[in-house]
Amino acid sequence: MSDSKSPLLDELEKGPWPSFVTEIKKAAEKSPMAQGLLEQLELSYKEKKTHWKHGGIVGVKGYGGGIIGRYSDSGDKFPDVAHFHTVRVNQPSGWFYTSDALRELMAIWERHGSCLTNFHGSTGDTVFLGTKTPELEGIFTELSEKGWDLGGSGSDVRTPSCCVGPARCEFACYDTLGLTYDLTMSYQDELHRPFFPYKWKFKMAGCPNDCVASIARSDFSVIGTWKDSIQMDTEAVKEYAADANFNIQKYVVNKCPSKCMSWDGEKLEIDNKNCVRCMHCINTMPKALRPGKEKGAAILIGAKAPIVEGAQLASVIVPFMEMKPPYQELKDLIAAIWEFWDENGVARERIGECIQRVGLGNFVEQIGLKPIPQMVLQPRDNPYIFYEEYLEEE
Amino acid sequence: MAAPARKTDIGPPHYEKFLHPVIKENYGKWKYHEVLKSGVLVHVAETGAKIFTVRAASPRLLSSTTILLVCDLADKYSNGYLRFTSRNNIEFMLDNEANIDPLINELKQNNLPVGGTKNTISNIVHTQGWVHCHSAATDASGLVKVVMDDLFEYFEEMTLPHKVKIAVACCLNMCGAVHCSDIAILGVHRRPPKIDHANLKNMCEIPSTVASCPTAAIRPTYVDGKPSVQIDEDRCMFCGNCFSVCPAMPIADPLNDGVSIWVGGKVSNARTQPTFTKLAIPYLPNNPPRWTEVTDAIKKIVTIYAQDAEKYERVGEWIERIGWARFFEFTGFEFTKEHIDDFKYAGLTYRRTTQMKF
Repeated sequence: MSDSKSPLLDELEKGPWPSFVTEIKKAAEKSPMAQGLLEQLELSYKEKKTHWKHGGIVGVKGYGGGIIGRYSDSGDKFPDVAHFHTVRVNQPSGWFYTSDALRELMAIWERHGSCLTNFHGSTGDTVFLGTKTPELEGIFTELSEKGWDLGGSGSDVRTPSCCVGPARCEFACYDTLGLTYDLTMSYQDELHRPFFPYKWKFKMAGCPNDCVASIARSDFSVIGTWKDSIQMDTEAVKEYAADANFNIQKYVVNKCPSKCMSWDGEKLEIDNKNCVRCMHCINTMPKALRPGKEKGAAILIGAKAPIVEGAQLASVIVPFMEMKPPYQELKDLIAAIWEFWDENGVARERIGECIQRVGLGNFVEQIGLKPIPQMVLQPRDNPYIFYEEYLEEE
Repeated sequence: MAAPARKTDIGPPHYEKFLHPVIKENYGKWKYHEVLKSGVLVHVAETGAKIFTVRAASPRLLSSTTILLVCDLADKYSNGYLRFTSRNNIEFMLDNEANIDPLINELKQNNLPVGGTKNTISNIVHTQGWVHCHSAATDASGLVKVVMDDLFEYFEEMTLPHKVKIAVACCLNMCGAVHCSDIAILGVHRRPPKIDHANLKNMCEIPSTVASCPTAAIRPTYVDGKPSVQIDEDRCMFCGNCFSVCPAMPIADPLNDGVSIWVGGKVSNARTQPTFTKLAIPYLPNNPPRWTEVTDAIKKIVTIYAQDAEKYERVGEWIERIGWARFFEFTGFEFTKEHIDDFKYAGLTYRRTTQMKF
């Protein structure tokens, strides 16, 4: 008979996919907190319910965000995880590391915490998962000594994140890593000290493929695009044409959403005036096609998950903006939106919900943008118009 | 020894410190990329310089021991440089093509399988679940493990019509992009919160609790002379937002909590516009540790998609083409009242045409 303390979780060490249970057990060799987690989690598997309570207010001196308080509802049974707080460490742009940097982080974490991590949390942070309140100041001091800082949490600027961008992707239409670093440094106060109505997420995607899901998940989404013509290497087009497993007509031209491409068996033509910059042809023929040279980004606003007023995708407020340091035009826009939010937002309301309540038309007017057709799929189809201008008898 | 200096607002280290020299030299100058084989990419710069990437899976929840192991592999094969992807994969960037296969072998020996490129099911984006969250209706890490065990061949081999992105969220807060994934697994509650009237006034702010309800089902009241709230249970759709605001309204219910399955969302703008996932199965029971009802349902969707979709069709594009009626016919999933939206913009999803397939 097995004397395992985690018979249900042990079942999740079987199978080809890497096992989180094995990871908890490895951490438990170094930390009693991880062993406590294993035992509490086994109870959850048995009872089919969580044993975590709401987060309390914990943090480090001078910061309002970065630490998520977490307490067990069964601290008597599992004293090692009675407190089990999360430390969000602001990740490097693009999630690039050196082994030395990771060893430095792990040394701090093995001294002070459960030895469990998330690479990475949903927002993008490097997550240290589970420690006790008295350890927090020590962790923060040692992190800052080595040049690291905490990320965001609560009603603040959440840690900005981005795709791999120009570091290793030919599709990138602007420097996503550079912009992410710049915004993170420019808004340190807003990131560490929550004073917004609710959370604010920035996500930077280098092209319309949006590998960081910015259009689904960020209040302020910067998605790379271009204005001029797709760059074509006609020699490389011939290579694709010669590939017996590839069919330019079927896989590329027929799938073009704006039907702006044609292929006569020898020549690929693109009517760039009618291209909607969806990326499909570039994705399928990366050796032959590339985004144009006049690059920048579209700015979209207001994405969020369902709670409270329903899920929203972000919507376009600026179809194209040049993205060059020091990004002044972008920062002026952010400042105008935050001023609007400060005046109009209510507690626990995301900017997307605030715009729904106030109206996109009123929103763009108040932040100083001109209403343009690109902001909507179509003009309104109902006549309930709040006319603001009228004539009076002289 | 002097105490270390405590500095605030220094921000993260600059990313340039962590870029492989070939990446630093060719930053913004990449010309094209190719997938050499499953899990292996090569990026070629204008100068002809090449960087090879080997992509390995991870369970996201990682021990420091495994991180240190990964560091050793990076030192041995990729000059100490590595990164993580938005789907929790680990990527090693190599300047020496000869290191690719030895690295893959060593990764596999250490249970870190290689794959997840192009037309695969890459790693699952997921939330904390019972591992670390107070509002979880299910466990996320466990679901990821059993689903990926079941679909493992599709991580390793690029045989699908297009990429399939799966996400797991353990409640409606959705701390992962499950509302825009090809297939989403979403933990659900099905009963209203049980109100702790004796403690509510001490633990919660009543106006913000009332305001937290999307359907205005919560009203202030007095119970045994103490201020509390009451719930119009007919209006409750079990989102749990009141519990997020007020700990005295616990919503977890082991008998009724479970999992719903959603399909057809995407974030990419390629071909079709980004779109939300739609409901496929309103409820499956929580059946840990291996959730077989869930793995069976996901396997069914993936298998039928693999057979029926055209090349370069994402799950949602495939369903749009064949029609939702046919999706339910092919999968055998029952279409129920729960599938018909009744929140704010519900009317937009009704069929307002006679164009139908029979």
